[in-house]
Amino acid sequence: MITLTHYLLASALLFAIGVVGVLTRRNVLMILLCIELMFNAANLAFVAYARALGDTGGQIIVFFIIAVAAAEVTVGLAITILLSRQFKTLNADEVSFLKW
Amino acid sequence: MAEAVFFYLFTGAMLAAAWSVVFNRQPLYSVLSLLVVMFCLAALFVMLQAYFVAALQVLLYAGAVLVLFLFVIMLLNLAPEALARMRVFTWQGGGALLGLWLAFLLARIFAASAQDEGALSAASAPRGSVEAVGQLLFEKYLIPFELTSFIILAAIIGAVTLGKREVPAKR
Repeated sequence: MITLTHYLLASALLFAIGVVGVLTRRNVLMILLCIELMFNAANLAFVAYARALGDTGGQIIVFFIIAVAAAEVTVGLAITILLSRQFKTLNADEVSFLKW
Repeated sequence: MAEAVFFYLFTGAMLAAAWSVVFNRQPLYSVLSLLVVMFCLAALFVMLQAYFVAALQVLLYAGAVLVLFLFVIMLLNLAPEALARMRVFTWQGGGALLGLWLAFLLARIFAASAQDEGALSAASAPRGSVEAVGQLLFEKYLIPFELTSFIILAAIIGAVTLGKREVPAKR
């Protein structure tokens, strides 16, 4: 018998793997990919709760999350291309001009 | 029974692929692993009766977002050595933070599942068909739906502006 808890556990593990990626990878592209992983973990939790609570609203939220994720990826990848074109690096640690 | 088999199959494949996304040396393989994650998630969505969301997952994520990633990776054509570097220095801090976070999540999940046994009742299950979701989307959630177009428009304008910016000419 698969319950809501199973789906939430899978979602939590997926989110944790995404957090590991954001914390350990240096490449801007890989950080963006790991953010996608975390978005998807949230999606899974929303759909699982939509099923458990009998409310289709959770699935609508997933639609909005996908739209926001697409917007985020577009701008993020544009910035990535600019980084590699102007600074010749994709290392997130080397791009720290906004820090003082 | 069959439900449990498929759940563990798809969840196991999803988590293994997610692990491979994070720890692969080649970004190209990471993107393809993310594709596997998307498809396994779509299968889980189907098991949760969210058919429309599963279709969106495959069409939008696998079809559009990941293709964008692939384009950029092939466009940049980076040396694999520079991509493989990991931030070993933050392993300990990251591990501690992650352990705390995961423990927090698991505690919340188990606390919630102790209240109601969390069984997915078949009677009150929402139908995730295109009709049901579309009805809700264009009635109750119409204004947020229209507002998403502004986000997309802002993203398009931002991407085009960033992409068109010229490197300032040296005098």
